[in-house]
Amino acid sequence: MPAVAVDSPVILEMRSITKEFPGVKALDDVSMQVRAGEVHAICGENGAGKSTLMKVLSGVYPFGSYTGDIVYQGDVMRFRDIRSSESQGIVIIHQELALIPELSITENIFLGNEPTKFGGAIDWRAAKTRAVDLLARVGLADDPDTAIKNLGVGKQQLVEIAKALNKNVKLLILDEPTAALNETDSQHLLDLIRGLKGRGISSIMISHKLNEIEAIADSITIIRDGKTIETLDVQADGVNEDRIIRGMVGRNLASRFPDRTPKIGEVFFEVKDWWVRHPQTAERFVCKGSNISVRRGEIVGLAGLMGAGRTELAMSIFGRSYGQFVSGEIVKDGRSIQIKNVSDAIDNGLAYVSEDRKVLGLNLLDDIKRSTVAAKLSKISKASVVNTYEEHSIAEEYRKSLRVKTPTVDEGVAKLSGGNQQKVVLAKWMFTDPDLLILDEPTRGIDVGAKFEIYNIINQLAAQGKGVIVISSELPELLGLSDRIYTIFEGTVTNEIDASEADAETLMRTMTSKKRENAA
Amino acid sequence: MSGLKDLKKVFGGNTSNARQFGMIATLVVAIVIFQGLTGGLTLDPTNLIALVSQYSYILILAIGMVMVIVAGHIDLSVGSVAAFSGILVATSMSSWNFPWPLAIAFGLVVGVVIGAWQGFWVAYVGVPAFIVTLAGMLLFRGANQFVGNADTLPVPEGFTVIGAGYLPEFGPNTGYNNATLLLGLLLAVVVVVREFRLRRVQRSTGSEMAPLWVSVVKLVVMVGVIGYAATLFGGGRVGTSFPVSGIILGVLVLVYGFVTQNTIFGRHIYAVGGNSHAAELSGVKAKRINFFVMMNMSVLASLAGMIYVARAGASGPQDGLNWELDAIASVFIGGAAVAGGIGTVTGSIVGGFVIAVLNNGLQLMGVGSDKVQMIKGLVLLLAVAVDVYNKSQGRPSITGFLTRGLRRDKDGVAAPATGALASNQSGVAAGAESTTPAVQPNGDLSDVQRPKSATPN
Repeated sequence: MPAVAVDSPVILEMRSITKEFPGVKALDDVSMQVRAGEVHAICGENGAGKSTLMKVLSGVYPFGSYTGDIVYQGDVMRFRDIRSSESQGIVIIHQELALIPELSITENIFLGNEPTKFGGAIDWRAAKTRAVDLLARVGLADDPDTAIKNLGVGKQQLVEIAKALNKNVKLLILDEPTAALNETDSQHLLDLIRGLKGRGISSIMISHKLNEIEAIADSITIIRDGKTIETLDVQADGVNEDRIIRGMVGRNLASRFPDRTPKIGEVFFEVKDWWVRHPQTAERFVCKGSNISVRRGEIVGLAGLMGAGRTELAMSIFGRSYGQFVSGEIVKDGRSIQIKNVSDAIDNGLAYVSEDRKVLGLNLLDDIKRSTVAAKLSKISKASVVNTYEEHSIAEEYRKSLRVKTPTVDEGVAKLSGGNQQKVVLAKWMFTDPDLLILDEPTRGIDVGAKFEIYNIINQLAAQGKGVIVISSELPELLGLSDRIYTIFEGTVTNEIDASEADAETLMRTMTSKKRENAA
Repeated sequence: MSGLKDLKKVFGGNTSNARQFGMIATLVVAIVIFQGLTGGLTLDPTNLIALVSQYSYILILAIGMVMVIVAGHIDLSVGSVAAFSGILVATSMSSWNFPWPLAIAFGLVVGVVIGAWQGFWVAYVGVPAFIVTLAGMLLFRGANQFVGNADTLPVPEGFTVIGAGYLPEFGPNTGYNNATLLLGLLLAVVVVVREFRLRRVQRSTGSEMAPLWVSVVKLVVMVGVIGYAATLFGGGRVGTSFPVSGIILGVLVLVYGFVTQNTIFGRHIYAVGGNSHAAELSGVKAKRINFFVMMNMSVLASLAGMIYVARAGASGPQDGLNWELDAIASVFIGGAAVAGGIGTVTGSIVGGFVIAVLNNGLQLMGVGSDKVQMIKGLVLLLAVAVDVYNKSQGRPSITGFLTRGLRRDKDGVAAPATGALASNQSGVAAGAESTTPAVQPNGDLSDVQRPKSATPN
């Protein structure tokens, strides 16, 4: 794909956009230019103002609620709502997909935009024909009658793009499009975005995955604390990940992973010949005789593509909270232990930090202090009565030691940023005094600075002699963090490798094939 | 500014009590308005005593209902369960010659059994509580008429104490009921002792403490209200005083208020209602919680049924009709969220009293029951609408003061504007992300987003 000529016309210019919420300036004099047919990335830490800027652009925050001008195709735009920006060909795809799971692909693509026959009835035949055409353009071969709930997240993302194409999109805004995707799906999506570019569709992309930005973006606008820091031309400026990070955090991160000298003890936790069935389809196994072990003070990585069974393995170990347990043994400290439910698991010193903190990790209605102690209330209770003073002081301790950014622990967790929410979840599980922590995607959707802090916490836990299992879709993270890595493919552990000997390619190879099984 | 802040602490300041202030203010306003409109009849001792005795059973239902609603369910069967327990208890005394204390115990056992039945379907089979209790509504209404032949069955004198009894008369003639005065005195002492114990704990743990004068003003106000109420309840017709059913209600409010806020079981109810997936992954046995919450509701419904029968002197086929609606309305006026996870016992009781005062005041004014129903419907709609609107604006609300875990509330009711400001200062998040977490934990959504339920690619 040839690079976009620097002199191609500017399709969008945002001039001195300032957006204030009561008491806080979310955007302060932000300007950016997007050229026709380019992929323009917006980088910044969480809370820097990226999403707010995109909401201004797409009309979520209507004209008049901000100051500054949106100049699009030469005219100043005054969007009242999303519909008015869509009518101009500006379509935003949110991080949380806006598809209706029970409806079919066709119904979703044309939702709110249904082709009608004479008399107002929906012309399903026309819709379907058009859907087939749109799906072909995004490279999706599924039947347009398939219900969305039966598609994987990667394919759902493609349906979203097909939906955007149907609206004659000229400027596509993608907010963290690959956050929930595995490597293959991400790659497919990035290829598609390149393809759209070839057809003259510009894209604005927000992503925390800097390697992807480096690979796909033509130019990058960096935002920090609601202000434009700089605009980089990827080709001309020779931009790499470190360069972007420097702009985002305003300093050089000497290393993306904190230094650590592992002190690894003996094996204390083993899972032997672990078989688990899928909860709905009983003939499918999600864990097929998995064997893993963890040593004291060791950080063990679990690598695998999405759907390989990493989360399923972790959750089934953690009190059989996923699938139908079939057989297997858990040995801890040389003794076989029975873990039939989550509270058994907690009592046996296990902790599981889920991959989706909003859905599985936190009660968003609760405040910080109650969330911190939620997994082991018995520790601060006498005769089942909770000591609220102790609760407060414990939450306060964790707030300080984990550096949770909040004025008080009485704050609701829903108000915290992703990184701080994750710290509260970590505090919640550290409070249970676990011997083994399983961390499922511990840094998903978290900005670079907070990631570094989370890594530090993980290292501290290992230094205390606890075993840590880390599941991550980001291979550099696994390589940077772990001492030893297992790869999993279709429910089978396919490789076990020392992290010092591993690289992304060797991992990827066993993540995508049954190397061991074939050998055996 | 600090003086103003201290003043706010009179109403609870930084403690969780602050949230209840708005609701209590609403109640006070309602009382004052009706006191004016009825020419002083509302706060007349006789009326007040009747009001408590007439609504105690609805308020008892509201206690159980708020727990059910916080856990994310609903119970439509409470009126029918009350009626069924009532007829069984009446039959036990008339046909099987149970002495009345045994009959009461029997009634509670009936509640346990019915509750276990409904809890089983909701918690262990997974039938939505709406359906289970809709079925229960029909089932137990029919059962009441089946057992009682759709007829009225009187109950003996002794039994009526729990519904129509008052505190006894004794001691010197003070012009008031001495037992009621004594009860008021006891309550005042408890309030004073608690305040000073709280201050002592705060001092020893080094947490922020209101100045002494704040505590004193607060206590003077509270003791004043208690004293006034005691003279009102104690100053009715001779032979009447604070109703026994009111005492049962008071004890239940204290016990359940404590259980829901300060015990592990109570915390788990909020956890299950707020996000059942997260609760289960934190070791909460959600099924067990759901079972006990449903069971508890039926036990309280049985108790309410018995109190009603005792008050009426007989059990009839129409007992408990539409009680579920008043109980549910009390809970929602009291600030609970339809999606679960939010609501308090005290809030629901205050909400229940708002309905009671409204009902009573309108009746005193001679407004017909047709209009009373219409007004009640509109009040419910408006109260919740204001709450929903304010939440969506990220602003504190009247009933929002009853909800838990929202920091903006700590600025107090006197300064809603600064409250909103504080809530937004916590970052762009307040504006850019959702301000209504109440509807977020969504099972369907999570299934789509979680990889395990999606087809592998």
